[in-house]
Amino acid sequence: MLSTDELQINIGPQHPSTHGVFRLLTRLEGETIIELTPVFGYLHRNHEQLGEANSYLQNMPFTDRLDYFNSMANNHAYALAVEKLAGIEVPERAEYIRVIMVELTRILNHAGAIGFLFNDMGAWQTQLAFSMREREKILDLFEMVSGARMMCNYFRFGGVVRDLPPEFLPALQDLLEAMPAFIDELERLLSENEILLARTQNIGILPKELAISYSVTGPMLRASGIPYDIRKAEPYSIYDRFDFDIPIGSVGDVYDRFLVRIEEMRQSRRILLQALEQLPDATGSHINPKARQNVRPPVGDAYTRIESPKGELGFYLVSDGSTKPYRYKIRAPSFINLTPLGDLCRGHKIADVVVILGSIDIVLGEVDR
Amino acid sequence: MPSDDAVQSDLEQQGVFFSTLNRFYNWGRRSSVWPMAFGLACCAIEMMATGLSRYDLARFGAELFRASPRQADLMIVAGTVTKKMVPQVVRLYNQMPEPRYVISMGACATSGGPFRDGYNVVRGIDLYIPVDVYVPGCPPRPEALLHALMTLQSQIDRQNLKQVRWYGKKARPQSQDFPVPSYGPHGLEIDGKLVDPVGSLPLISSYSSPMEGEQRRDQIEHPELVRVFPDMERELREETSASYAEALEGEDQHVRR
Repeated sequence: MLSTDELQINIGPQHPSTHGVFRLLTRLEGETIIELTPVFGYLHRNHEQLGEANSYLQNMPFTDRLDYFNSMANNHAYALAVEKLAGIEVPERAEYIRVIMVELTRILNHAGAIGFLFNDMGAWQTQLAFSMREREKILDLFEMVSGARMMCNYFRFGGVVRDLPPEFLPALQDLLEAMPAFIDELERLLSENEILLARTQNIGILPKELAISYSVTGPMLRASGIPYDIRKAEPYSIYDRFDFDIPIGSVGDVYDRFLVRIEEMRQSRRILLQALEQLPDATGSHINPKARQNVRPPVGDAYTRIESPKGELGFYLVSDGSTKPYRYKIRAPSFINLTPLGDLCRGHKIADVVVILGSIDIVLGEVDR
Repeated sequence: MPSDDAVQSDLEQQGVFFSTLNRFYNWGRRSSVWPMAFGLACCAIEMMATGLSRYDLARFGAELFRASPRQADLMIVAGTVTKKMVPQVVRLYNQMPEPRYVISMGACATSGGPFRDGYNVVRGIDLYIPVDVYVPGCPPRPEALLHALMTLQSQIDRQNLKQVRWYGKKARPQSQDFPVPSYGPHGLEIDGKLVDPVGSLPLISSYSSPMEGEQRRDQIEHPELVRVFPDMERELREETSASYAEALEGEDQHVRR
């Protein structure tokens, strides 16, 4: 065995596989990682400071830009927080529209995450093209309802900004009918590829205890074998009306994290089908007509959390009785899930670092805020 | 000239090709603009969508996203540039070989966009590097990025070999490396001088477009009134603008004349 000097390698902040502007300082023994230090803050956009200078409604478009893959889920978490603070009721129909949008976002996010996994392993853009093809179909639906592809700004306090256009529901029905074929295709690419199995199985194992002590949430926690989903554990909105399962992994490695995501896409489709069935009977309009958008909530604080595609997304708001929040705190799932990265990478090869980082599924807009 | 173009296309139909060196050079350059795979924030996702199947940037010869600045012709600044990130962006630009072009994609890269008032956000990348094409939008649709590339191609078509800044004996200011700011304790510094303080307005003016004249304008532009929202309540609006007026008065003494 040849003894070598210790080597330090810097990855990022400009690197195509760091999923944004993120920097990793690694210490290597040969090719093996002995220490990894993440450096972030390259996309610190002062969300919380700007949030305290804006009125409550003005923060809605800023939440879009937190985790720019799933703007609808961010909107939902923020709208729930303000509604709890100001005591605003949401009509039933609006709740169904919200659930439809958030579950579509989940499918979109997981499809993207799996596409980027292949990118990280060197299949540059080929698999990503499949995922993005599906993403475009969902973005068409978002554009239909909100007028924007990515930054939808669709939710309002007490509902959503406008009702579904007549062509939306048939288009969604078509999409859901075609979806199983796409998910199966994606799963076949994952589970029948020798190289992929060798690169992802038993890589970056996150044990249960470590996951809990790091407060990891979302698909990453479930891949470690803990069936914890806020939609079940503390049902918000109307999630208690739907029948769906929580997929969990057995090993907690990179491969499990992606299998969990595939299964979550199937479960999201199940929720969407049930929502479509129940939507015509739902009462009320798309927005509570009594809800003032320029809210002035009573003095107090509120914390709400939702199961965003990446994990527990929470908003903590403190009101001093004015039109602007006194404190606007975001509990970002990507940021908390990123903390065990050093432990996950230790002992693996340097080529595995980008795969492990990809399996956490971070978005730097949310990590740095 | 239009009459030449008519003669040219007439001859091309008969299989005879005439060209000038300028035209040939510009044709080669416009048809293979290789962008750098360099995403900063939200706009990077739309940039990838532009490169992929539905919008297909390859139709314009620009599909080859290079990971190294040494192999790239075009830097698409896609997303919010923060003060911590500017040194890296400028260094990457300096590492690109000439001819090099910059597209400022989205409101953030152009002016700071919605995050303009944040203490850590740079109010436009054109304060540090020259920009050829600006794309509005937050984020711009892929069609808008395609249009930006087509605009850049038509700018390349107008280049004259005798006048472009990267040939000739005379060293032109923009052919040299751009000063890379460093991230100091109070903000961005160039040669030890504070140019972009954290939580305050920049003390330098932007580089104008290379098509217009290539020097930094020697004047400092501060916005008179920053960001007034139409649906804000009146009292809130007055309060906000009063606090900004105060902030601006405090700034005046730092302005470098």
